[in-house]
Amino acid sequence: MSSFRCFVLCGNMAGLELLSDQGYRLDGRKASELRKVQARMGVFAQADGSAYLEQGNTKALAVVYGPHEMRGSRSRTLHDRAVINCQYSMATFSMSERKRRPHGDRKSTEMSLHLKQTFEAAVMTQLYPRSQIDIYVKILQSDGGNYSVCVNAATLAVIDAGIPMLDYVCASTVGFVDETPLADLCYAEESGGVSSLALALLPRGGQIALLQMDARLHQDNLEALMDAAMTACKGVSKVLDQVVRQHLQEASLATGD
Amino acid sequence: MLKSKTFVKKTRGGRVMKIVREHYLRDDIWCGSEACDQCRQESTVLQREACIESNLCSFSHYLVPDTNVVLHQIDVLEDPVICNVVILQTVLQEVRHRSAPVYKRLKDLIHEEERHFYTFTNEHHRETFIEREPGESANDRNDRAIRVAAKWYSEHLAKPDDPKLVLLTNDVANKQKAQEIEEYVKGLIANPELVDRLALSNDDKNDIASSRVLFPEHLPLSRIQAGIKSGSFLQGTFKASRDNYLEAKVFIQKDEEDGTEVLIQGLQHLNRAVHQDVVAVQLLPRSQWAAPSSVMLQDVGSAKDDTTTEEEEQEEDAVRDVDRKPTGKIVGIIKRNWRPFCGMLNISQIKESTRHLFTPADRCIPRIRIETRQASTLAGQRIMVAIDGWPKDSRYPNGHFVRTLGVAGEKETEEEVLLLEHDVPHQAFSQAVLSFLPKMPWSIKPEDIVGREDLRHLTVCSVDPPGCTDIDDALHCRELANGNFEVGVHIADVTHFIRPGNALDKEAANRGTTVYLCGKRIDMVPELLSSNLCSLRSNVDRLSFSSIWEMNQKAEVVKTRFTKSVINSKASLTYAEAQMRIDDTGKNDDITKSLRGLNKLAKILKKRRIEKGALTLSSLEVRFHMDSETHDPIELQTKELMETNSMVEEFMLLANISVAQKIYDEFAECALLRKHPAPPPSNYDILLKAAKSKDVLLRTDSAKALADSLEAANVDGFAYFNTLLRILATRCMMQAVYFCSGMDNDFHHYGLASPIYTHFTSPIRRYADIIVHRLLAVAIGADSTYPDLTDKHKQSALCTNLNYRHKMSQYAQRASVAFHTQLFFKSRGVLSEEGFVLFVRKNAIIVLIPKFGLEGTVFFDGKDKSGLNLVFDEEIPGVSVSATAGETQNKKPRLDS
Repeated sequence: MSSFRCFVLCGNMAGLELLSDQGYRLDGRKASELRKVQARMGVFAQADGSAYLEQGNTKALAVVYGPHEMRGSRSRTLHDRAVINCQYSMATFSMSERKRRPHGDRKSTEMSLHLKQTFEAAVMTQLYPRSQIDIYVKILQSDGGNYSVCVNAATLAVIDAGIPMLDYVCASTVGFVDETPLADLCYAEESGGVSSLALALLPRGGQIALLQMDARLHQDNLEALMDAAMTACKGVSKVLDQVVRQHLQEASLATGD
Repeated sequence: MLKSKTFVKKTRGGRVMKIVREHYLRDDIWCGSEACDQCRQESTVLQREACIESNLCSFSHYLVPDTNVVLHQIDVLEDPVICNVVILQTVLQEVRHRSAPVYKRLKDLIHEEERHFYTFTNEHHRETFIEREPGESANDRNDRAIRVAAKWYSEHLAKPDDPKLVLLTNDVANKQKAQEIEEYVKGLIANPELVDRLALSNDDKNDIASSRVLFPEHLPLSRIQAGIKSGSFLQGTFKASRDNYLEAKVFIQKDEEDGTEVLIQGLQHLNRAVHQDVVAVQLLPRSQWAAPSSVMLQDVGSAKDDTTTEEEEQEEDAVRDVDRKPTGKIVGIIKRNWRPFCGMLNISQIKESTRHLFTPADRCIPRIRIETRQASTLAGQRIMVAIDGWPKDSRYPNGHFVRTLGVAGEKETEEEVLLLEHDVPHQAFSQAVLSFLPKMPWSIKPEDIVGREDLRHLTVCSVDPPGCTDIDDALHCRELANGNFEVGVHIADVTHFIRPGNALDKEAANRGTTVYLCGKRIDMVPELLSSNLCSLRSNVDRLSFSSIWEMNQKAEVVKTRFTKSVINSKASLTYAEAQMRIDDTGKNDDITKSLRGLNKLAKILKKRRIEKGALTLSSLEVRFHMDSETHDPIELQTKELMETNSMVEEFMLLANISVAQKIYDEFAECALLRKHPAPPPSNYDILLKAAKSKDVLLRTDSAKALADSLEAANVDGFAYFNTLLRILATRCMMQAVYFCSGMDNDFHHYGLASPIYTHFTSPIRRYADIIVHRLLAVAIGADSTYPDLTDKHKQSALCTNLNYRHKMSQYAQRASVAFHTQLFFKSRGVLSEEGFVLFVRKNAIIVLIPKFGLEGTVFFDGKDKSGLNLVFDEEIPGVSVSATAGETQNKKPRLDS
């Protein structure tokens, strides 16, 4: 019985050709092309900073509070810099099957931790000793590359809040198929057995804020994959830069400066 | 770049899910035509002057086949006449979903540059993408997509002298706008034989009404799936019996057991399954279970369907209950595994008839009915035929002619048949492959020696069969100061020349093994490597990979090391020459001393191995590997086993085992090893039965017990009996297979009684050894690793291919030997020789004639003299008649049992 199921499953596997001979991916992109990125800053008035970002069908909302004084347990206070507190959650309607628990599961906790690490590397926390910065990110619709979309959205929100950063933090998920690195994976590609790597980059200096990979990959391929990830991140940073400039222009028009 | 979305609903595991995928439409997908000046393409595939001479389309044109045309008429598309074809992405994807083999052939076509096949990514083109309309089926949508793309093309190439577009289809709805493939092909000038390649389309509706239904309907896939889930059906691979066309077995694979067999008897129950198909079986009630029939039946019915009643009387005699096997019937086909078959045409008795029966060379395959107008030219030729389908009212499957291979009985033709039937890649090496060969004249350069040990001073020599040009191993042995021996096995360093991932490597990986036919060798790597640069010939410097042991007087290994090296062989000996040197007490040169040392150690090693329970089995095929090198067989030689044979073998085994251990220690997850599973007890039935006929008791509970009892099994006055038992024992064994250590946990090699084993010693002729060389090189730091080497899934896939090629090459070898034996007998006439009965069937016996290593079927009723269709069967009666005369006294005991 199980052998039959295996047969059917193999049939399914054969149904997905991640990269065609002509060099097109499932959704018609070429290997190094990103999905369409659209973003808006300042979507909420109550929060200190907020942003909404779409990368293809993955949509995320990021909200920033702070810097403000420590809340909750004061024992976590750091005397030379600010504490960054991140929370990642997914809307119950974000996937094709309804999600039971929007946050607090292992995956979300891990993701929160990764976000925290990323932003500790980018935000100039030493300017705000003994205070706290809260970053909340929610995935509204998920179609692959959740981590990178969250980072990109949160960057815009932090900028919107006016908190100084070393540079934009841009992230991208890349995968390796048929000896070719694919930039900005969608869900079908992520789940299609690709070894994927997530990279958060400070593009100007080329510093890596976070690099994560939990698949097997031969070391010879790592360099090619990293290069592709960096190029993808730099592509994202251009878009983010445009969004920020546009937002500033609108804001300055509105205030009449 | 415009973006739109498609919404797809998909079920998985019973649940309905909504899956949203992005779909990007592009402006930068070009038409690929030379004639086009709007597209900013860098290179074009389709030619400006696309001329296929045709009555229907006299203008320059491109072909656009639809999915069904590709699926059913791939044989036509493969003809070199057809070029300048646009394959739409829609078509490519549909073909991919529906037939993997056709997909692969289509892809091969697309890669052939001179054929000018262009893939147009219409699904992502802004102007040719269409959305599925409400109420439109997926198929209709795809058909429409094909039409829209074809229309776009014809509008795109609108200048008067541009090539026109011709849409090829068999579909009624598409037809208004398009050419039918049949008409098109018939309109091609100078290609009458292409018409025959057209697969029969299923629209012969009037036939069905008139004839009766011969077979039960196959169940639809959904019911089969449900049945398998509930356990009422079983899934397995269909294996037709070679001896009886009314009987077959289905091997059921279940995850917990190794697999069971279900017996299928009778035309109705076989229900149109063909050898190797994946089928669903329903078990019959226990009362209807039967024993495997012991009748030999060959399908000799004429082309008419009314012969079905002939031999169908099931002998319902008292079958003992123990003999009854689970019996079932085929209820449906899950996956057909049809390939093109080689064979002969039986010309229909009616002169004007265009329908003829085709008899495949493989006896497991039923005869196929084909339609051809060139029967008279095809008579006496070996041809290739593909099956199109098997309707339930037809006694035989319907097929179509693919190509002709040559005159039957000629050596070249038969060799071609043999290679095709066994799927042995035998084309000449392509330019791309040859470009990776080293430039001649080649010599060892200083940079080649970096990191290698210089062993040129050692007295290395090679011992091989006579006439061997691909020498991949050489040996040396010398006494050390402390009284121990240093023994070295030096293997040709093929991986120095074949670098991972290049065309040469890929070709070798695909070929998997060198195939030795009688008087012909199908190389795995080009001859420059196999017979020259890698061959460890005497008195030239050669690169090698050495395994060096220090052994004490009792042949116990004290120290093992592996190194890449340079050697200079001092002598290339044959087994006989080496034996003579050892025996000649007058000779005392370094080579002879080294050989004696090796021989002494080998004897101890062999003794120890046999004590551990290694089997020495016998098979007659072995003798024919070394068949004479002349082009026509003149004499059949018996291969003599000399001490030196086993001397070389012992050290090769030792090297293989040492290397296996080393690479497994280093790469626990991805070492390529070889295992030989212990056979299930039921496999020994024929052996035990045969032994019992002479009151000999064999024990088969372990390899050791079997080896010991085989050793003791002797019958006075029947010296050959022991060898016969060993031949039978060989047939009880399982196949040894390559596997990846990360994917399995049973490593044991039953035949060699070794806990771990691999192949290291013949990289010139086996690809497995190349991988092992690379693993070992990484393990000792002599070479760098590469991605695929440590990927256990890729390696596992490679193992599957190697096992398949290996098995097929063995079958091809046997078939080649059989063919040459028949050639041999053609000129001899009737001979009288002693033979032995191997098996007894109800109406026939299977006889083995040891002198020729020939196994044949002797029918009692003499029917074989009249109706056999294959040319070579004419020879068998000649042999069998004489055989029955010579061995009556041996026949009796087995008949009684």
